[in-house]
Amino acid sequence: MKTLRQFLDKNKPKFEKGGKFEKFGSTFDAFETFLFVPNKVTFKGSHIRDSIDMKRTMSVVIIALIPALLFGMWNVGYQYHMSVGEQSTLFGNFWFGLLKTLPLIVVSYVSGLAVEFIFAQYRGHEVNEGFLVSGILIPMIVPVTTPLWMVAVATIFAVVIGKEAFGGTGMNIFNPALLTRAFLFFAYPAQMSGDKVWVYGLNEGNKVVDGFSGATPLGNAGIEMFDKIPPMMDMFIGTIPGSIGETSKIAILIGAAILLFTGIGSWRIMLATVLGAVGITLLFNAVAANEYMKIDPLTHLMMGGFLFGAVFMATDPVTAAQTNRGKWIYGILIGIMAILIRVLNPAYPEGMMLAILLMNTFAPLIDHYVIQANISKRLKRTKLVVNK
Amino acid sequence: MSKTITIRKGLDINLVGEAAKNITEIDAGMFAIKPTDFHGVFPKLLVSEGDTVKAGTPLFYDKYRENIKFTSPVSGTVVELRRGAKRVLLEIKIQAGSTNDFIDFGKTDPDKLTRAQITEKLLDSGIWPMIRQRPYNVIANPDDLPKAIFIPGFDSAPLAPDYNLVVEGKSQIFQAGINALRKLTDGKVHLNLRDAKNASTVFRDCRNVEITYFEGPHPAGNVGVQINKINPINKGDIVWHVRPSEVLTIGKLFTEGRFDAERIIALTGSEVLKPQYIKTKIGASARNLTQNNLSAGKLRFISGNPLSGSKIDREGYLGFYDSQLTILPEGDYHEFFGWALPGLGKFSFSRTFFSWLGSKKKKYRLDTNLHGGHRAFVMTGQYEQVFPYDIYPMQLLKAILAKNIDQMENLGIYEVDEEDFALCEFIDTSKTEMQDIVREGLDFLRKEMN
Repeated sequence: MKTLRQFLDKNKPKFEKGGKFEKFGSTFDAFETFLFVPNKVTFKGSHIRDSIDMKRTMSVVIIALIPALLFGMWNVGYQYHMSVGEQSTLFGNFWFGLLKTLPLIVVSYVSGLAVEFIFAQYRGHEVNEGFLVSGILIPMIVPVTTPLWMVAVATIFAVVIGKEAFGGTGMNIFNPALLTRAFLFFAYPAQMSGDKVWVYGLNEGNKVVDGFSGATPLGNAGIEMFDKIPPMMDMFIGTIPGSIGETSKIAILIGAAILLFTGIGSWRIMLATVLGAVGITLLFNAVAANEYMKIDPLTHLMMGGFLFGAVFMATDPVTAAQTNRGKWIYGILIGIMAILIRVLNPAYPEGMMLAILLMNTFAPLIDHYVIQANISKRLKRTKLVVNK
Repeated sequence: MSKTITIRKGLDINLVGEAAKNITEIDAGMFAIKPTDFHGVFPKLLVSEGDTVKAGTPLFYDKYRENIKFTSPVSGTVVELRRGAKRVLLEIKIQAGSTNDFIDFGKTDPDKLTRAQITEKLLDSGIWPMIRQRPYNVIANPDDLPKAIFIPGFDSAPLAPDYNLVVEGKSQIFQAGINALRKLTDGKVHLNLRDAKNASTVFRDCRNVEITYFEGPHPAGNVGVQINKINPINKGDIVWHVRPSEVLTIGKLFTEGRFDAERIIALTGSEVLKPQYIKTKIGASARNLTQNNLSAGKLRFISGNPLSGSKIDREGYLGFYDSQLTILPEGDYHEFFGWALPGLGKFSFSRTFFSWLGSKKKKYRLDTNLHGGHRAFVMTGQYEQVFPYDIYPMQLLKAILAKNIDQMENLGIYEVDEEDFALCEFIDTSKTEMQDIVREGLDFLRKEMN
């Protein structure tokens, strides 16, 4: 550790202004602060500070994502082996999935972080940790069969246009990971939907055993094959086809518990999103004009990426509503929109991605009205005093 | 029946180094008045190096409000006028003499004086600057008629002094101070106390005041919070506030006819060997107060509390308004993978470190490390948890950064002071310098409005 520190201290001047590698200053800083919490002390304002920083915050989110990621890897192997009618061990499944998933993770991180580092250096900022979370979210919300170059192109698009163009982490309007997925969804629909993309090998025309379908529960529901929706328990545990991270509701709930306990994720948004979805589903149940409307709320929560979106995507503090009251409205509307799109728009089997992106757009407006209410309250108080 | 107001949002930070409840008298020898303690004051000197002064001799006045004078807290010799960059006057250093001479302003019963006479006496003696106004937290304007005067009877900041100890046995003087203050407003004089059981009888038996009790964590003791809960400031309103030790100084002016700058201060912090209360005077030398009472290592000297006090040198002096001297360890070290460690002994408002496993009563030895780099605003909803106002803190900060006056007013900037943002700043993940931003906003607004 000491040698490492000495090495860093020795080489630091080369990366500072006027040094040989001045151009890599932000890069050096990113690695240095990754290894060591900086020795900066407070010089104005509060003399003591909380131990939390952005790195800690983001690593908590990553830890919360790990159960879903690990299960997702196992499930990739499990689905594959099931499709070809083979049996495999727990580790065999996991190893297969790991080999298929890791390239996606690496490509997502490398392409996204490259953009981040370039922009940080260009602006003379420290590299922001935001992408550490986006970089792991991206592989978790795409099908395992997504070609790597597509992931790279979409990630670069999302980071440049969705984030850096607005000024970097903290300023962006749309969730970068969801923007990546939306880009893929609209640019390459063939690779992002249907029933051939969710299980490795299906899109390459692998021979599958009779009766195996790679369709997701939502895919089945979308074409009104409601009897094909897997049993509740399978959807809860996650042994179903789907995007890598979204299938296991248990793993997602473990992640939610971590986020809620540490206070990093907003319980208001999570609860409001679920309440919104349950509310609209009950309304549909009451109308019951077609078969899809009759699906009960619990099934809706278990299908597709709803829960994953509610826990990890809708709660992104930058793109969500920022006021507490705003968070309730924002969450409820996401829940309503997601189910509305699922049930009423047959073109899109899953509505969660579009619902969150749509509400990302409206979050500033929601906040505006919440804050305006606070302002009018204050003005009213002033008027009362004047009239007294 | 007095009211009790409970504050729910906030945070008590338990630190090592609370002052033991015994008072030692230390002759600090050297004192200084620092013009930089007074926001918006431009000092015009009245003394030069080598002059002999008495307690109460004017040292300088404010160029913009010439009737506001600042006087010497002790009798002795002006030994140095220390200036900083651009010749800004930083310190007027006074070496205390062997005798304690003072200017006689005349004993009088405040009840028999008019408002104008009281104001004049306070201005002449240099005690007036102890009366501060909100908004802006600057020295009150003698021509204003405030809608109320607030006396925060306790301090809830980390390691803060116990005001009960400060006023103990000084009932008459305190009452005289109150009687003088009450003539300065046509509204009420509010005395805000911690709780009925623990408050000193000096406070509880006080007449001519409205007593309100406050429960809950810090910042319940911030006068801004108390004003907000009792009689919030609207645009155009002015309220004044005075601390109990300053009420005593005002009281003495009337009961004894002199400027008595005595202060009982708390010497606190983990790096003080024997944390205790010290009887000294305004502007005492930090070095002399802490002699043979400090641990080794690089130290941070803070005049005031760790959250909103000001940084001073070891050779520095206590601020005019401060009754607390805090010594903390400097935190200029690199921590290997510090952000990734479990962090059993680390203090955090969030539960991202495993220190939540430990006892809530555990006392921490915090240093001045920033624990991270500066980032844009990312996390939301955190500040609101320690900010007991009906104000959106992040939105207000952004309005200040954008210098949008209308929005600042609308979002309630008149109700806050920099110290009210200290806790938000403490827990901030993005390490934003909020108190600085708020101060700049207040100064900017004051300049634009006048």
